Amino acid sequence: VRAPLVFALVSSLSAQVTYERILKAETEPGNWLTYSGNYSAHRFSALTQINEQNVSNLKPLWAYQTNSLQKFETTPLVVDGVMYISEPPSNVTALDTRTGRPIWKYRRPLPDDVRACCGQVNRGVAILGDLVYVGTIDAHLVALNSRTGAVMWDTTVANYKTGHSITVAPLAVKDKIVVGIAGGEYGVRGFLDAYDAKSGKRAWRFWTIPGPGEPGSETWKGDSWKTGSATTWVTGAYDPQTNLLYWGTGNPGPDWNGDVREGDNLYSDCLLALDADTGKRKWHFQFTPHDVHDWDATEVPVLVDGQVRGKQRKLVLFPNRNAFYYVLDRLTGEFLVGKPYVKQTWAKGLDDSGRPVRAPNTMPSLDGTRVWPSVAGGNNWYSPTYNPKTNLFYVAVREAGSMYFIGDPEYKEGEQFNGGGFRSVPTEQEWGAVTAFDPATGDKKWEHKLFSPPWAGLLSTAGNLVFGSTTEGQVFALHAATGKPLWKFQAGGAARSNPISYSVDGKQYVAVAMGNSLYVFGI
Amino acid sequence: MLMVALFLFQHITTLDLPTQDKNPYTSAADIEQGKKLYAGRCAGCHGPEGDGGKGANLATPTLPRGGTDLALYRVIRYGLPDTEMPSHNMTQREIWQMSAFVRTLGRAGEGSIRGDAKKGEALVRGKGACLGCHVVNGEGGHVGPSLTDIGVRRSPLYLRNKLVDPSQELAANYSVVKLATRDGKKLSGVRMNEDTYSIQVRDNNLGLHSFWKQDLAELSVEQRTSMPSYAKRLTDQELNDIVAYLATTGGPQ
Repeated sequence: VRAPLVFALVSSLSAQVTYERILKAETEPGNWLTYSGNYSAHRFSALTQINEQNVSNLKPLWAYQTNSLQKFETTPLVVDGVMYISEPPSNVTALDTRTGRPIWKYRRPLPDDVRACCGQVNRGVAILGDLVYVGTIDAHLVALNSRTGAVMWDTTVANYKTGHSITVAPLAVKDKIVVGIAGGEYGVRGFLDAYDAKSGKRAWRFWTIPGPGEPGSETWKGDSWKTGSATTWVTGAYDPQTNLLYWGTGNPGPDWNGDVREGDNLYSDCLLALDADTGKRKWHFQFTPHDVHDWDATEVPVLVDGQVRGKQRKLVLFPNRNAFYYVLDRLTGEFLVGKPYVKQTWAKGLDDSGRPVRAPNTMPSLDGTRVWPSVAGGNNWYSPTYNPKTNLFYVAVREAGSMYFIGDPEYKEGEQFNGGGFRSVPTEQEWGAVTAFDPATGDKKWEHKLFSPPWAGLLSTAGNLVFGSTTEGQVFALHAATGKPLWKFQAGGAARSNPISYSVDGKQYVAVAMGNSLYVFGI
Repeated sequence: MLMVALFLFQHITTLDLPTQDKNPYTSAADIEQGKKLYAGRCAGCHGPEGDGGKGANLATPTLPRGGTDLALYRVIRYGLPDTEMPSHNMTQREIWQMSAFVRTLGRAGEGSIRGDAKKGEALVRGKGACLGCHVVNGEGGHVGPSLTDIGVRRSPLYLRNKLVDPSQELAANYSVVKLATRDGKKLSGVRMNEDTYSIQVRDNNLGLHSFWKQDLAELSVEQRTSMPSYAKRLTDQELNDIVAYLATTGGPQ
């Protein structure tokens, strides 16, 4: 029994993950080659073996426990029978999908004074050729041999002592590795980088805050641009036809005190469209000009084609942390649709250009100002999913408000630069939902209520299913057309990740990190 | 490897601790600024004077979890695990200023509630019949929450208010639940836990029940407790005596 297993492992590891394979990820649904499943960020699996008829028989087959109590946010990649996961804080493990046994481990020693506002987390790896790429909490980008875990190169992206860190899963595009930066609570100056995949040499850098004299620099008062944050900590999408990268940017710094940075604060809270070869900006759209509520636009942009007001267009969907659902033209950045998808009290609405019209008395204050949505927003970094079979767009939404406080905007290098804070609204019941939207209009088709606001993303499949998970530890499957719950499993720890699906030896599986363990389910 | 792991773990919680043990921000201006910060962030639970709310009583000369300046700093910065005390992302100076103001609360005196703890203990056992529903030091019932260390966890003013209006600021796991199953069984009790798909309930005889929500025909979770108000059952002085007794539970402050 054992000999064929060994043979299978050796043979499968010889395959190279070329750019062309990632480009056509839909044609090999047994593998999960990039963070969101494909470049359009659909997080959709074309596998149908697990479907609405038999999902009630789904069982856990194996689990892998991390040795960390930090939040486990990884999206696994699966290539020809081998699963590559990142573990907090900045480790990588290759697992044999047939047994759950580790094949190799990369364990990164970290300095003892790394900074991370919200946990020493990592959301996953990228793979290209025979290299696996991971960003680290001390702000390096590291390339590992996919068969051994050996470090092939290790590039310093930024100085961690100034508050920079990397939590994002990198994105492999052509011959480059695109990686964003975190540190929006430390007054860093944000950027998005691309590195040569083979050598680790930097190919381009796009500063998300323009320097003096550059267009957009007039949206920052004085020297505030130097500490304006606008980080890039969630993996974006890529359209090979336009050769554009779509990437969201984070909050301006300091988060809750905007007095020191008067102006719109470009390109904070934006969706950027950048040329993938040069990093040059094609267009930008700012969701929350002069944000004072920490509403990063670091959600996953999802690329679909659809009809808006009778005209077929190339779209990008963006349900934003600020509680509005946006549809933009992805060729031009033109604003097409914008409407609230959860409770919000901060804006009277959006004008014709998509710019919010602020409601009075919603700025953070010393006594606290009660505003919806909460600081975590209507949704957050975790992934939505688009299902081309149902033509529905599924988002795990958060219904909650926060009390927002203003505070000292004191900058010291490497220390938190928040200018205030937040807490939950007393006596207010918070809840969440999986909501199915008509992608092009943002109209709600169905809703599956969750007991509390989620911190975990969704996967949809051609088996007519939507998979998700809850803060109370359940993994669940819903009927993709109706939202009817069909299956659930209590995994014993809060969900902080995104599910995937893959197949090995002709059998389909679903994998998701729950609590401090990764679970694999099958029939 | 293990050594490295332990080393890292220790540092996760001590990363941005100040280097000094003593609060360097204690001037009148710092305390004034700390008072403003406290009003926004802390008063909601601890009360404007530190003596009222669901948060611990801060209007005492010594704080059990904030004995030293650095200990108090840690509690504010990181919160207390498994309690409602959250962490606070503020600058070091702000946390120190807030700490400086919290220290002044202890000099405000014992607060407005003056009672006789000995008489209070007798009332808890006798006329108040508190032990019918609550455990104190291993003795009593289990319908309500244990009061064994309530004196450390809740302020006297909060306890006084609770005796008069028990449903205010109800703990999530003491809501009254009424439900009916699809096969006709009815049940009422208190909610012990709940999630998207299930609910766990304790009935008044301490029977434990668990239901999938899909099997329920009716489910209501009310924001009230089954505890009666003592506003008319006891005199003002008797209420104060009970609070004085409860304040002694959980060891000296």
